[in-house]
Amino acid sequence: MSTTTDPQGGTFRLSMLLNDTRYRSLTMQVIAAVVLALAIGYLYSNLVTNLRAAGLNISYAFLGNPAGYDINQTLIDYSSQSTNLRAAVVGILNTLLVAFLACVTATIFGVIAGVLRLSNNWLVSKLMAVYVEIFRNIPVLIWIVIIFTIMIAVLPGPRAFRGDDPESRMLLDLFAFTNRGVYIPGPYFTRGIGGEEGSILNWLMVIGVLIASLFATRAVTARANATQAATGVRPNTLWTNLAIWFVPLIALLFVLGLTWEVPALKGFNFSGGIKVGGPLIALWFALSIYTGAFIAENVRAGIQAVSKGQTEAAGALGLRPNRIMSLVVLPQALRVIIPPLISQYLNITKNSSLAIAVGYADITATLGGITLNQTGRAIECVLLLMLFYLVISLLISAFMNVYNNAMKLKER
Amino acid sequence: MGRNNRPNNVADYQEEVTMNKSVLFGALTIAGLTAGAAMAGTMDDVKARGKLNCGVTTGLVGFAAPDANGEWKGFDVAVCRAVAAAVLGDATAVEFVPTTGKTRFTALASGEIDMLARNTTWTFSRDVDLKFDFVGVNYYDGQGFMVPKELGVSSAKDLDGATVCIQTGTTTELNLADFFRSNNINYEPVPIETNAEAQQQYLAGACDVYTTDASGLAATRATFENPDEHTLLPEIVSKEPLGPLVRHGDNEWGDVVRWTLNALITAEELGVSSANVGEMASNTNNPEVARLLGTEGTLGEMLGLDADAFKRAIETQGNYGEIFATTIGEETPIGLARGLNAQWTDGGLLYSPPFR
Repeated sequence: MSTTTDPQGGTFRLSMLLNDTRYRSLTMQVIAAVVLALAIGYLYSNLVTNLRAAGLNISYAFLGNPAGYDINQTLIDYSSQSTNLRAAVVGILNTLLVAFLACVTATIFGVIAGVLRLSNNWLVSKLMAVYVEIFRNIPVLIWIVIIFTIMIAVLPGPRAFRGDDPESRMLLDLFAFTNRGVYIPGPYFTRGIGGEEGSILNWLMVIGVLIASLFATRAVTARANATQAATGVRPNTLWTNLAIWFVPLIALLFVLGLTWEVPALKGFNFSGGIKVGGPLIALWFALSIYTGAFIAENVRAGIQAVSKGQTEAAGALGLRPNRIMSLVVLPQALRVIIPPLISQYLNITKNSSLAIAVGYADITATLGGITLNQTGRAIECVLLLMLFYLVISLLISAFMNVYNNAMKLKER
Repeated sequence: MGRNNRPNNVADYQEEVTMNKSVLFGALTIAGLTAGAAMAGTMDDVKARGKLNCGVTTGLVGFAAPDANGEWKGFDVAVCRAVAAAVLGDATAVEFVPTTGKTRFTALASGEIDMLARNTTWTFSRDVDLKFDFVGVNYYDGQGFMVPKELGVSSAKDLDGATVCIQTGTTTELNLADFFRSNNINYEPVPIETNAEAQQQYLAGACDVYTTDASGLAATRATFENPDEHTLLPEIVSKEPLGPLVRHGDNEWGDVVRWTLNALITAEELGVSSANVGEMASNTNNPEVARLLGTEGTLGEMLGLDADAFKRAIETQGNYGEIFATTIGEETPIGLARGLNAQWTDGGLLYSPPFR
């Protein structure tokens, strides 16, 4: 060992590990790695010893036992006899649902507010400034609770809809806004696979048709681009594209026999249709409006980062203002906007764990709340929670980084 | 006393605290509790600290809630104070730690509190799997349902399709699922963290039914503006023996809490009250009273306390019957009858082992 590692061919002495700058950093890194490994090993053995002393053992067997509790909003079949694992999956899906919805709406709010904040209209820009400052400077937990409390207090209970001359009426006889949630008509297929019960296959078919339409319209656009490049005249693709989007979809829905089930007051609650629970609405809205304020600032910063000369140059070339925005300013602004946007999406996902404040059954409420509490498996549940949030956050940032790479300045 | 002055419905606050706590607990455990077995001598810790850390609810009038002066009052609070009086000689040397249904066990297991008196149901899994020791039962309860009268519901079996508010992390959550499943009817649970939140949602009509222990329902109803508009359904769907608990493995401390509770119950049985305890101690002919009050035998010393320990507890808090009457009894707004919680001599279930 002493001779082969020396690139200079000189004799290697042990003291060179400390004195020779070529080896010193390596020595230090090896020492640091060993110390770190020892420290982790010590902490782990300490944990195991202490847990054993306390009579606790790490075991994930509880995940296979019946959960025993019910959940009010589930995207998959679940009953109190389902396992704790299934309860956790219900929670994961609910977390992903609210995170996805909030990311979409927060982006919409943020882009609108960010652009309007740069408006030349004094009132509009100041209003947006007030929105941004109020919402991002009050903790999101407070917003969730405020919105939920207001919803409960202001909206009527289902009881108010009862009787011949009810205090409250359904909007257009289709939508019911109650303090338990909003009931909207739900689609179902009368002639679909699986009969009246319905099957997930029906919806997969609808999604398949939509994806096919997407590719078809992209092909049409590509052809239009090619024609434009060759002849200088762009064929009108609007009607073709609309037809590609809607004709197959409507035909499929007709074949499947799409019908809408309108919610109706039955017993204590509305039934039929789709219920969007109050907790989901409060959480979704609070997360969107809170994170939207941050995104608005990102968007504003992104647009302002594009030098004014770019706009003026584009104007000098004769581009119209909306084309300047979409062709010149926004593509450059996106490079500034996307990286902070990733962290806002991560924030939404992580902040969705505040669902517990309004009783929304996300993963923190099911696995990290009721399951943890009823089984007493605190360490296991918390470790699983950490793993879940870590994986989801890394996936989101990986996905957004791909998008960022697609958007970034192409250097040729 | 700073903690005691806090309003009892800081629900929004609590959630964050709750979550941080469980995360912190995990982190602490992972960091390896290098201090080792610091939990063995709870009694020594309490004496050294000069204060008893007692876990109670975040606020359930009658059982544990701060009054207008910020002083904790209630049925469970009295148990904490009795233990403090017995161990420390000062019934006010108690730090009340408000816990939710979810945080209570973590708080006890981690040593943040010395004992938990938070109308907690004694169950097999809590006793065995969660490694706690229930020292006895201070209230025999059962799960009930409260509904607004205008719903016209007369039985819990009519509740098909109802929305039910329920405190999460409790046995009632599991009983509820069992009850509806066994009766083959559906419901929609609304999980709620604290009693105050449940009250708010129930009164706003966000849920049709509120379910928890019948005593808790009575206590909650007593705080309503119009208690008459709400009714408790006749079904009691579970057995809920509520009692104080301590960590498993520290038997000396468990004995202290157990026998302080038994002393309060025995005192009522023997006719010893806060009013006559001094007189009884000096001139009684009943040997059991003498042993209880420390004028005969060395029961207090056997527990590692002094001879007057139980006497002080009874003196400051009164016997079980007095505590019941002043906090949740029929004379109070909560208006609970003794029922199962009468002495065994009166046809109830209260039956303390003898002081001998």
